Amino acid sequence: MDNFIAARSQMAMSLAFHIIFATIGVSLPLMMTISEWRWRSTGDPAYLLLAKRWAKGTTILFAVGAVSGTVLSFELGLLWPRFMQYAGSVIGMPFSLEGFAFFTEAIFLGIYLYGWNRVPGWLHLASGIIVAVSGVLSAIFVTLVNGWMNTPAGFDIVAGKFENIHPLIAMLNPAGVPEAVHMVLAAYTAGGFATAGIHGWLLLRRGRNRFDEAAIGIALLVGGVAVILQSVSGDALARMVADKQPMKLASLEGQFHTEIGAPLRIGGIPFPDERETKYAIEIPHGLSLLGFHKYNALIKGLDQEPQADWPNVRIVHICFQIMVGCGSLLSLFALASSWISWKKRPLHTLFLKALVFVSPLGFVALEAGWMVTELGRQPWIIYRLMRTKDAVTSMPNVTLTLSVMTAVYVILGIVVVWLLSRHVIAAPETKQIEHPEVLV
Amino acid sequence: MNACVILAAIMLISLVIYSLLGGADYGAGFWDLVCSGPRKQGQRDLIAQAIQPVWEANHIWLILLVVLMFSGFPSAFSSMSVGLAVPIFLVLLGIVFRGSSYVFRAYFAGDVRTQLYWGKVFSISSSITPLFLGIVIGAISGDAVLVDDGRSENGFLSTWLRPFPLIVGLLALSLFAYLSACYLTVETDDSELQGDFRKRALFSGFISIMAAFATYLVAENSAQRILDGLSRSPDCLLIEVGAAIATLVAFHALCVRSYPRARIAAAAQVGLIVIGWGFAQYPYVVRPELTIFNGASPPNILVEVEIAIALGAVILVPSLILLLLIFKSRGTPSAQ
Repeated sequence: MDNFIAARSQMAMSLAFHIIFATIGVSLPLMMTISEWRWRSTGDPAYLLLAKRWAKGTTILFAVGAVSGTVLSFELGLLWPRFMQYAGSVIGMPFSLEGFAFFTEAIFLGIYLYGWNRVPGWLHLASGIIVAVSGVLSAIFVTLVNGWMNTPAGFDIVAGKFENIHPLIAMLNPAGVPEAVHMVLAAYTAGGFATAGIHGWLLLRRGRNRFDEAAIGIALLVGGVAVILQSVSGDALARMVADKQPMKLASLEGQFHTEIGAPLRIGGIPFPDERETKYAIEIPHGLSLLGFHKYNALIKGLDQEPQADWPNVRIVHICFQIMVGCGSLLSLFALASSWISWKKRPLHTLFLKALVFVSPLGFVALEAGWMVTELGRQPWIIYRLMRTKDAVTSMPNVTLTLSVMTAVYVILGIVVVWLLSRHVIAAPETKQIEHPEVLV
Repeated sequence: MNACVILAAIMLISLVIYSLLGGADYGAGFWDLVCSGPRKQGQRDLIAQAIQPVWEANHIWLILLVVLMFSGFPSAFSSMSVGLAVPIFLVLLGIVFRGSSYVFRAYFAGDVRTQLYWGKVFSISSSITPLFLGIVIGAISGDAVLVDDGRSENGFLSTWLRPFPLIVGLLALSLFAYLSACYLTVETDDSELQGDFRKRALFSGFISIMAAFATYLVAENSAQRILDGLSRSPDCLLIEVGAAIATLVAFHALCVRSYPRARIAAAAQVGLIVIGWGFAQYPYVVRPELTIFNGASPPNILVEVEIAIALGAVILVPSLILLLLIFKSRGTPSAQ
């Protein structure tokens, strides 16, 4: 494997790993805080147990998220030193703010997790709220940086260097805000549905109980509301991409030819050499409508760009289809479950089975979505300004560090799953009696 | 004062706080590795309980440092990332293993063998990380990290595999171990445990003094310029004298078992050593080429980042004080 591919793989692997933990770090604190608030206002002990359980899950996941996030902040330099050399000063602002948000999150998470018996109730609940809010802020700031890589703004290029930099304009770049909203909602969707699914599975296994029902209630509310809002956010993001990154839109839609009133393709496999996307269901004028909200809008195709500068159209298009497909399925499920809860029907076995089935789709969509945005930006690390291959490190043997990091992350992943299944998911009664000390 | 100097000062302060808080957490991990005697388990429990609520918050000072470095001094960050890629990668591995094995160990309650295994991973990675952090600091204080257009002139090993960086690594490890032992005496009311860590503090304190002298001796040969920096200004002399006094006070306090005083004096000692390094390194970020002036971001960026830091500090400082008050004030033994 050459160094460039190894560096890209290492970055991709680190991001794909970290994003799972970062996402849970955003969504689980919200759910645990809601649960604690329900306990304080209703006195129902199921909510207290749930808050403690979720807090324990947060401890494990946040620790792994914190260290894998540290890895990323160093890897920006280790793998892409030239990118950091030129862009570091432009994107420093959101990263600095993220540093502070992360700080607040860690401090109040410490208070939340280990302060049950040490701080007054209101301060404990407030700590949970601060953790939830600062988690969201961290996610927003980091995504703003990714937005800048897609739609760089806030500077002039003078003699090949960034001059007249305005950090705030760079931070609030066109792609940044819609991407950040999309990411936060994705975090709630993925975290909410995965949690609801786990408790749905438990409910199926151990029969009706207050604990799992309360958990599903909160988790599905968070995930369901988020996924419904996600469709609005996705539309805003798609129109931004259509406007600012037409080639990216073309590759994620498999649009090879410039066309007026382009169709929306559902599914299909792009064949770049034949310049055609085959086997797709085409909805006439659909893409023009979605991209520009106009029936006959002009959609630029990949033919506007030399083929050497195309991203990997096939993977990008397929990942995009996976993301949209998962999102749509989850939206349908959210609508169905809101109807069920509105009618006050009891949770049917079939419903729970469906819930378990759809629960991982939030994470599938999240990973696929990041593949779309990262691979869709290629061959650029800063869109139309710096090529990824020009940013890569000169260090040899990146394959070695890639192999080591992959092995480490695989081991960590396995241990985390194992621990979660033992501590967060296991039946409450026995565990509580055996190890009261770890339940604090 | 110039915006470059202000940002450099903020970074130095962050480095001091990271050493005093995060460094002590690493040191505690080191003591976990060498736990011995009849109170072995008691020592382990004390260590675990002392760092549990705070280590993540303490760790973030490092992230803040990295972020400020690439915002303010991107060329220096880039050069270090290339020239010192190997030790930085090892620091990262250490950080990943330290953090994750720590929570893993805590959650494998009931399974003693697995717990011991993760405990080993935790303590070994806690010891390796400060070693390589020290090596990075030593390397940027020497003359070997030269990166031109993304290419390291001294390769990827001989930038840091030299006597001076290695001895600074040892110095960092021994100082953190010393600091941590001093803190741990205050974390318990058990006088036998206090005695254990008192002995460890005196021993590691002695080692760190030896390491400090060795650093001077080696610097004579291979890092002459930072030594010149150290003897250049009266400020440096004052800081050195301060550190020496703090060392004496700390050792005296340990001898007479006045632990709270030993804790403060040891913190002052380590803090002054780091500050002394900062003054000696001034104005360089990465010797011998990159200073805080020639490698800095444009002034408007520095100013805006500094404003952001000021706003952040308004939230951060009270929160941090609250955290430490809740978990580190005397008279509130762990409820667990």
